[in-house]
Amino acid sequence: MTTKTLAAERHVDFAELRKEFPIFERKVHGKPLIYLDSTATTQKPLAVLEVLDRYYRTYNANIHRGVYLIAEEATQAYEDAREKVARFLNARSSKEIVFTRGTTESVNLVAHAWGRKNVGRGDVIVLTEMEHHSNLVPWQLLATERGATIRYIPVDGNGRLDLSGFDRLLEGPIKIVSLAHVSNVLGTINPVAEIARRAHKAGAVVMVDGAQSVPHMPVDVRALDCDFLALSGHKMLAPTGIGALYGKREVLEAMPPFFGGGEMIREVRLEGSTWNDVPFKFEAGTMNIADTIAFGAAIDYLSEIGMEAVHAHGRELVEETMRILGSIPGVTIYGPPAAERGGIVPFTVDDIHAHDVAAVLDHEGVAVRAGHHCAMPLHTKLGLAATTRASFYVYNLISDVERLGEGVRKAKQVFHR
Amino acid sequence: MSFDDLYRQNILDHYQSPRNFGTLEHPDISAEDSNPLCGDVIRMDLKIEDGKVADVRFTGKGCSISRAAASMLTEEIRGKSLEEVKRIGKDEVLEMLGIELGPVRLKCALLALKTLKVGVYGIRGWPGEDGEAD
Repeated sequence: MTTKTLAAERHVDFAELRKEFPIFERKVHGKPLIYLDSTATTQKPLAVLEVLDRYYRTYNANIHRGVYLIAEEATQAYEDAREKVARFLNARSSKEIVFTRGTTESVNLVAHAWGRKNVGRGDVIVLTEMEHHSNLVPWQLLATERGATIRYIPVDGNGRLDLSGFDRLLEGPIKIVSLAHVSNVLGTINPVAEIARRAHKAGAVVMVDGAQSVPHMPVDVRALDCDFLALSGHKMLAPTGIGALYGKREVLEAMPPFFGGGEMIREVRLEGSTWNDVPFKFEAGTMNIADTIAFGAAIDYLSEIGMEAVHAHGRELVEETMRILGSIPGVTIYGPPAAERGGIVPFTVDDIHAHDVAAVLDHEGVAVRAGHHCAMPLHTKLGLAATTRASFYVYNLISDVERLGEGVRKAKQVFHR
Repeated sequence: MSFDDLYRQNILDHYQSPRNFGTLEHPDISAEDSNPLCGDVIRMDLKIEDGKVADVRFTGKGCSISRAAASMLTEEIRGKSLEEVKRIGKDEVLEMLGIELGPVRLKCALLALKTLKVGVYGIRGWPGEDGEAD
């Protein structure tokens, strides 16, 4: 409580902070790099790069086995990172944190290990129409294999979930409700706590795709009361190839393993094996030690800024983007009002294709994403072939938004002569 | 590659005034393909006479590169034999566009060619022969 207030009140100099990201020293097409694609992946601060480098240079060793000094140092740093993730999410214990390659692997882990045990013929899985493919395809695979059905919470014209028929969707043998906390296309912040409460009442387990929420706002798994939450490190200043699955301890303990191999076992006999305790039961083989330790450093970095401040900064950039782009004739912005969205603004410019808008912006040094952003069903629902998406993080400044606006005006000039 | 290269006048010209845009009433070959990355779609209709492309139209939605490539390709293949059409490859399309492209935009540039190949190789019988062709 006190720490949250302090973080919100503390003045953070984001222009100074940007200097801690070495990539912004380079130029693209002769112009300074303006990176507006943090929803895809974020840039990395020196603090994270140095931790990664130090591990390989000074204590590179396999964990949980060696009794020599550097192996103990590596094990300690790896388990410290687990502790940091647990505290960051307000989990009850670090035993509730399983390291994975990222959100996609976390969802697949649940779909396989939990899903195969708990979802059978005729059972129902509830998703939403705004899901990223990573929280859609694993469930479709499971449903096909088990003979289960999938129902979707619809999205309304403003990019919000339409919960008017939610209680009806929850009728029948509902096993799991899995949804994005923040939409990766529209930025919509979904009312996860309310959905979890109603889903639990219907007897379902609740999984949250936190890929776009955990990096951008305070997320408290106990307040949300979700059973699972998936996240990706590379979307929150950490290297690629590392992420986590939060799972309530009792739910994780009741699950069979996902991958088999070393470290996940207690005892192996030729007739069969028994499993290690959680979370190690789900961490077979040599894990991504270096990137996990760097993930811990990224969490330290974000905690130092304070997640309230990160969230407020993102909102300020979104408001300015909606104001600047909104004043350009022919620009259409999709999704809910600034107050209801994360640091994401998808838009179209007249009938200019998103690729062309992005290509003109690229030549102005501005990196944005163009396409369907791994959410084809949502684009189909909105009747769009592709959108251009600007997304923000701690290293972005208002001047970046101004450059975006100039680039969009230039795109209009190029294609409307 | 500079900005002016990417948006050369010939590309913008074909984008804004695509040649042979539309559909044919009774095409001998009709093929449609899409680029799942960006949702672009191109349809190519061909009229074949004496083993040669007598008429051609394309429709679809896409970015300037994919549309310009489709437009240029329709001009290129008119009057050519199907064997000649089959020999057109990636290099020929890039030569028509006059630019170099990275791996992502390359897919845009080659969508029309891919569609054309689907049509030309996917044909179920030669026009005028017995079989499934109209």
